[in-house]
Amino acid sequence: MKAKFVIPLLLFVILVGFLAVGLNRDPQEIPSPLIGKQAPAFELPQLADPQKTFSPESMKGQPWILNVWASWCVACREEHPVLVELGKLGVAPIIGLDYKDKREDALTMLARQGNPYLFSAFDANGRVGIDYGVYGVPETYVIDKAGVIRFKHIGPITMELLNKKIIPLLGELK
Amino acid sequence: MILRKLILSIFTSIAIACAINVALAKDATPLADDPVTEQRLIVISEEMRCLVCQNESLAGSRSDLANDLRREIRILINEGKTDEQIRDFMVSRYGDFVLYRPPVKPITWLLWIGPFVILLAGIIGLMVYLRRRNQRVPSTTLSPEENRRIDALLRDAKSSSTENAHD
Repeated sequence: MKAKFVIPLLLFVILVGFLAVGLNRDPQEIPSPLIGKQAPAFELPQLADPQKTFSPESMKGQPWILNVWASWCVACREEHPVLVELGKLGVAPIIGLDYKDKREDALTMLARQGNPYLFSAFDANGRVGIDYGVYGVPETYVIDKAGVIRFKHIGPITMELLNKKIIPLLGELK
Repeated sequence: MILRKLILSIFTSIAIACAINVALAKDATPLADDPVTEQRLIVISEEMRCLVCQNESLAGSRSDLANDLRREIRILINEGKTDEQIRDFMVSRYGDFVLYRPPVKPITWLLWIGPFVILLAGIIGLMVYLRRRNQRVPSTTLSPEENRRIDALLRDAKSSSTENAHD
């Protein structure tokens, strides 16, 4: 007789458990298949100087951060001060990937908000973004010495994420 | 009077806004010249999820990224890639999540088999319950004493009902 009450209660608790976990997860965050894989190669003109190009190959031998951003992206503006802070710490070079942007707009934004990037690659048509599985700017990748993607974050990075995840990870990778 | 004016002005502003919207609306993205390519594009992209607006297929979404991805798929089709290769192209970048039908592998076993397991559990539960319920019905062997009492009761009932009929 007791089972009649205990079983539905148990099922209910399990259901609530699933819902609680589901509610606390961000449906926009999709696990990237790129983690643990080589960062896709590309060669793009630099934002500040179209004559020069940037290729991830040139970063081999040190861990670095690739940050996908754009001047039209509001969340990027929100994130920018955190990146500037990270740039000041000098733990690792930050490379920007300016995604589907206009050159003048991007340069204006950097002039106004500060430039944390060693340099930015200019991805005018978003083709490189597709190779990196970008679907919502800003996105941030941590890439190790061997050029393997170790961490990806979708959405603006926060001070908390920086201190708890990214900086310790960079320390490990060194 | 004031109310009517207010309503009128709201309507005119909506109408103007709509007119501007129509005027500024982008042209439809040109289809590939080749209708066969376009047909294949639709078949492939209907099986894929748009990552920006996750409830839409890649074929139906108007988001910027969906446009870019359709362009990319068009290029791949023109390069003569098979559907399989195009699917791999997308999955290697965005993960199984882009597919509406995720592949069967250990991590998706629960997803694929789960509903059938629950259905089976339900059927088994129902069968056990029904069998037990059938067993619970007590066997109906009556003692001679009980039979006599039943007969007496039935006889009483019959005589009282005939009496009632006479009333």
